[in-house]
Amino acid sequence: MANYVIKRLFSMIPVLLVVSIVVFLLVHLVPGDPAAVMLGAEATPQQLAELQEQLGLNKPLAEQFFNWLGHMLSGDLGHSLVSDKEVLTLLWERLPATMALIMYALLISVVIAIPLGIISAVRHNTRWDYGAMLIALIGVSVPNFWAGLLLIMTFSLHLGWFPSTGYVDVTQNLWKHLEHLALPAFALGFLQAGIVTRMTRSSMLEVLKQDYIRTIRAKGGTEKVVILKHALKNSMIPIITIIGINFGLLLGGTVVVETIFSIPGIGQLLVQSVFNRDYPVIQGVILCVAVIYVLISLVVDLLYAYFDPKIDYNEG
Amino acid sequence: MEYVEITKEAEKKGQFAEQMRAFWKVFSIRKIAAFGLAIVCFVILIAILAPLLAPFDPVEDVDYGNRIANPSATHLFGTDEFGRDIFSRVLMGAQVSIAISVSAVTISAVIGIVIGLISGYYGRWVDNVLMRIVDGLMSFPPILFAIALMAALGNNMGNIIVALAVVYAPLFARLVRGTVLSVKNKEYVEAIQVMGGSHIRILFKHILPNCLSPLLIQMTTYFAYAILAEASLSFIGLGVPQPEPSWGNILYDGRQYMLEAPWITVFPGVAIAVTVLGLNLLGDGLRDYLDPRMK
Repeated sequence: MANYVIKRLFSMIPVLLVVSIVVFLLVHLVPGDPAAVMLGAEATPQQLAELQEQLGLNKPLAEQFFNWLGHMLSGDLGHSLVSDKEVLTLLWERLPATMALIMYALLISVVIAIPLGIISAVRHNTRWDYGAMLIALIGVSVPNFWAGLLLIMTFSLHLGWFPSTGYVDVTQNLWKHLEHLALPAFALGFLQAGIVTRMTRSSMLEVLKQDYIRTIRAKGGTEKVVILKHALKNSMIPIITIIGINFGLLLGGTVVVETIFSIPGIGQLLVQSVFNRDYPVIQGVILCVAVIYVLISLVVDLLYAYFDPKIDYNEG
Repeated sequence: MEYVEITKEAEKKGQFAEQMRAFWKVFSIRKIAAFGLAIVCFVILIAILAPLLAPFDPVEDVDYGNRIANPSATHLFGTDEFGRDIFSRVLMGAQVSIAISVSAVTISAVIGIVIGLISGYYGRWVDNVLMRIVDGLMSFPPILFAIALMAALGNNMGNIIVALAVVYAPLFARLVRGTVLSVKNKEYVEAIQVMGGSHIRILFKHILPNCLSPLLIQMTTYFAYAILAEASLSFIGLGVPQPEPSWGNILYDGRQYMLEAPWITVFPGVAIAVTVLGLNLLGDGLRDYLDPRMK
């Protein structure tokens, strides 16, 4: 297992290298002089030269990349061109809100999806199954920003049960924190719930067909034991995989959801930076999210060990 | 499951007419998939005929005297803050959204096919290098990556297509590579190699057809994702620039008027949800038809 973890960590190096090259090249995709685009039409030649110097744009591309990479590796993600704060500080300020939102969305999706998927598989081809699948289909078809708008219209503007926008940190007031994140987490979690329900159902159906399930039933195992202890545990691998893969979907979804609900997370930071042409922040956010995503894939791979002890980590 | 036998039967006969018959049989059993197909055909038809069907010009027909008007016989979906007809804007939005999604998915599939075929077929360092690039690109959540690309390229319709194509191409490449790996060591491929068949001929004539079924299923799914992605980009102001309508930017307009004019928010959202629902149902049906073992 330890060998596998080390090997898996090493396999992240080329991936992170590609990620850093892409993030670095983002600025160079800007048509024309990136410094001129960042500063706008009113920039003086002196300001232009200063920014070019600051970003190292007047050096050869390879040198620029290695300088940039060196800074990144030492934790220096540069400065925001708008607020003059360090990009890393901005990310630290914004990450808690995004992470809280994602965690609640994930929680909501699992709480809805796993029971729904189990019911659907156990009552295969009955009204229960069709009902659950209809809910899942609506989940995967409704865009999360539209769901967000409908939730605001219904529960904030008409019923007044929840605040429509804003964010309160968990350390300030727990109740208000939950109240502010309830609607956005639902908007975000609904899509994920649809995907996970479908995966739970098909995975459970596959496992319920296996011989060992028949054996447990023949030995007198109750349905509860069969479903929860054996079938569900053995269905968890594809379910965890799909949750892991879709973590990226949640990270992407936060951008729009944070924009609608005015949550000061990294998604909102990204959108603001795009409009401000604040490229160091854009690069910082994208890099940070990609690194989180790569780490999540690592965690998902390691979680397999718990749910499937049959996987031999010393091979391949 | 009856459609499994139907599909296998058609596979044996291998004739186009037989396959089409099997397709209709599967879709007549899976009525819900047929419903999905009907929705998708309907939306595509609307998108094509939008200029003829739209009662008003979605951009030019501004009527300040009729701002945020309720849905009525003249304005079926009401009007927006400029008095423009929402029904016409949703119809034309269909054209824009579908055109962007179809182009993006087609381009990404073509790029993905080429990379996947080369990577899977040639293996070794070529595969290693290409797949590490693909892994790296897949480490970015799609929407975020698209936003970053749009930030660099600037927002216009062409760039949305480029951004989405770059985002989805690695996913197609992975899929095609997987299929190539499972096929390339089969005896018939080795036989053609021994007989002196060129690499290009083997790749495109003998290996590629095996990739088409999973590719078609994947394309349907990504078509749905692309519609959602385009709408998301336009919704945050990074997609189709105003005043050109797209489902996402109509929703963006409606945001400020949610209380007094909910129709601006409701109708384009319904259009997106119904189209994506249709594509999902169609994708499930295609999966039953093309790859019954996955069921």
